[in-house]
Amino acid sequence: MSATEEPQKLYAAREPVFPKRVKGRFRNLKWVIMIVTLGIYYVTPWIRWDRGPDLPNQAVLLDLANRRFFFFWIEIWPHEFYFVAGLLIMAGLGLFLFTSALGRVWCGYSCPQTVWTDLFFTVERWIEGDRNARLRLWNAKWDFTKWRLRLTKWVVWLLIAVATGGAWVFYFADAPTLLVQLVTGQAAFVAYTTIGILTATTFVFGGFMREQVCIYMCPWPRIQAAMMDEDTITVAYRDWRGEPRGKGKDRENLGDCIDCNACVNVCPVGIDIRDGQQLECITCALCIDACDDIMAKIGKPRGLIDYMALTDEANERAGNPKKNVWKHIFRLRTIIYTVLWSSIGIGLTVLLFIRSDIDVTVAPVRNPQFVTLSDGSIRNTYDVRIRNMTNQETDFRVTVTADAAFAVELEGVPGDTVTVAVDSTQLQRVYVIAPPGSAAADGNLTDIRLWVEDLSTTTRTYEDTTFFGRDIE
Amino acid sequence: MIEDHKKHPEEQKLMAGDPDTTGHSWDGIKEFNNPLPRWWLWTFYATIAWAVVYTVLYPAWPLVNGATPGILGFSTRANVAEDIQRFDDMNADIRTRITEVELAAINPEANPDLYNYAIQGGAATFATWCSQCHGSGAAGVQASGYPNLLDDDWLWGGTIDDIHATISHGIRNEDDPMARYSQMTAFEGLLSDEEIASVVQYVRNISGQEADAALVEAGATVYADNCAACHLDDGTGDRYLGAPNLTDAIWLYGGSEEAIEYTVRNARFGVMPPWSAEASAAGRLSEAEVRSVAVYVHSLGGGE
Repeated sequence: MSATEEPQKLYAAREPVFPKRVKGRFRNLKWVIMIVTLGIYYVTPWIRWDRGPDLPNQAVLLDLANRRFFFFWIEIWPHEFYFVAGLLIMAGLGLFLFTSALGRVWCGYSCPQTVWTDLFFTVERWIEGDRNARLRLWNAKWDFTKWRLRLTKWVVWLLIAVATGGAWVFYFADAPTLLVQLVTGQAAFVAYTTIGILTATTFVFGGFMREQVCIYMCPWPRIQAAMMDEDTITVAYRDWRGEPRGKGKDRENLGDCIDCNACVNVCPVGIDIRDGQQLECITCALCIDACDDIMAKIGKPRGLIDYMALTDEANERAGNPKKNVWKHIFRLRTIIYTVLWSSIGIGLTVLLFIRSDIDVTVAPVRNPQFVTLSDGSIRNTYDVRIRNMTNQETDFRVTVTADAAFAVELEGVPGDTVTVAVDSTQLQRVYVIAPPGSAAADGNLTDIRLWVEDLSTTTRTYEDTTFFGRDIE
Repeated sequence: MIEDHKKHPEEQKLMAGDPDTTGHSWDGIKEFNNPLPRWWLWTFYATIAWAVVYTVLYPAWPLVNGATPGILGFSTRANVAEDIQRFDDMNADIRTRITEVELAAINPEANPDLYNYAIQGGAATFATWCSQCHGSGAAGVQASGYPNLLDDDWLWGGTIDDIHATISHGIRNEDDPMARYSQMTAFEGLLSDEEIASVVQYVRNISGQEADAALVEAGATVYADNCAACHLDDGTGDRYLGAPNLTDAIWLYGGSEEAIEYTVRNARFGVMPPWSAEASAAGRLSEAEVRSVAVYVHSLGGGE
């Protein structure tokens, strides 16, 4: 009978994780990456870049209102969105490359969730002490000391969270101006809302949800699992060397693992790597540092837990020497990814350098198809949009070339030259006139080419279109 | 173990050979009595209650004229009126300024905001009130008396002030004493058929079209005696009188022999209503709208 059996619970309570402090080469690498990435994030909006008097002087700026993206010397217009698409493709290929070569290296070192959680751990350790002290505090009653420590920690976390949300909005407006507006309460509502939301997510994700974000919320681990193969480098335990594990001085029948649990105690996601590679593991490599430290103390070679590929296991079990890590990394698959990734990168860079500072679109006005003027000449009208992407007000001359002779007039502007303000698009009505009795005037279709020339640099561009004569069907 | 399986009460009854049925039976097939789930039933009751509350609060029940208004006083029509009023209020300042400046000053250099408003607003007004005759592209209807506003030929003048006056007062209407007015004589009966045929050839000749050379010379005399008073000696017309230029390539009613002959015999009498509500009782547009349309038409390629 199963009547007395407790029904299986569908909800498993979270086991709190109290990672111990660890020192070592991978920990040092993580410190460097944390400082560099956080530094880039917080400092970038404050870098200035002179683009002349009429353009913003912020080096990196996403100007949503004017639909411009400024990145140092590069300015991207909305019609150049293919650059963004190209960058996204590069990001995708980069993910393929790094995942197939180094597994979840993104998760372990540079994912914002990892970096900020690491920062929050550091604060927590600094205020509440290392693993054992935090475990004691967790089980302690809510007395004055616990409240004091917890509140201090939360306040520091909250300050970091506000700074995180605050830095984000500076990418979308002039940073010094916005800072003053934010402090004096004059910034846009959306700025405060954005800061509020990002503060809340940083505080909650970094302080409380932590590894649960990676395990339950993030799609990356699932996608990445599909991109790993037997040569992908992951963090693994050499159980053929460590087992059977055991404590004690008599190591006659025991492996190298002394079952000290150092690898488990430092793990930020609360797993035992000796159970094998598992979904929760973000390959932060802190267990490698912890185990290397123990191996050094007991006089054994490092690498009981190490970066390894799946093929290493069979290889090493067979007694063969260790395979060099680089031989795992440089293989056909990763080379193909690298070639694809860099060709798109080179392509985008070339495009960036050959793109023109002027851009012209021509829309023939076909209602009516043509206009007869009093002297019998035939006029066609074209809506010409001229984008001035230079950093100064520029004069553009509009001319037409064709097999036949045409005259060009501009609406509202004497002569053939139109002035376009800096960093803007102007719609100019252009009249192309075929003289009376000419083949173009009395004929059907004539191909014409409209030229727009930047008079300051004499660069010019053209657009092909057609001229309708009075015989048009 | 199957006997441990806990059965649903209905299933137990069924197994016991005593299913709860509705009593309906077709060819021995019985219908089980499966009542609606309780949550569904309560949701259904809730929607009924909601519907009752809704019909009290919002317009709902149709009556002979209209419907029950609902106690919240909600009306989509009133919302639209409110929206229109809001935009009118936002534009009030610019509309006042448009009526205060010189017409010629509404240009991109002097008043870019007024110009932009006039072009956009003028295009909308044109599409609503003018396009029926002049076409959505303002090209009129060729050879049918609806003038093309894009070309450089103007019966009553193509400066912005001329265009404004024409739109304000209209042409040959009886609603506005200030309307542009001219009336050509219908020469049917006044001139002989030969004289009419010759003057038609003369007019085709001075406008650069093919003409019967034998008749042109006789036509010149007929023209000088009957037409030159208004169309002038050289045939270039007179804008003060609204007499069209006969030497150019543009013909309001067509330049073929038949069309010109019809014009000479019967004359033409195209009309346009007055649009300015300030200038005439029949006008439908505000001064700001009339001015906007004038600026818009002037910008279409024919403005002088």
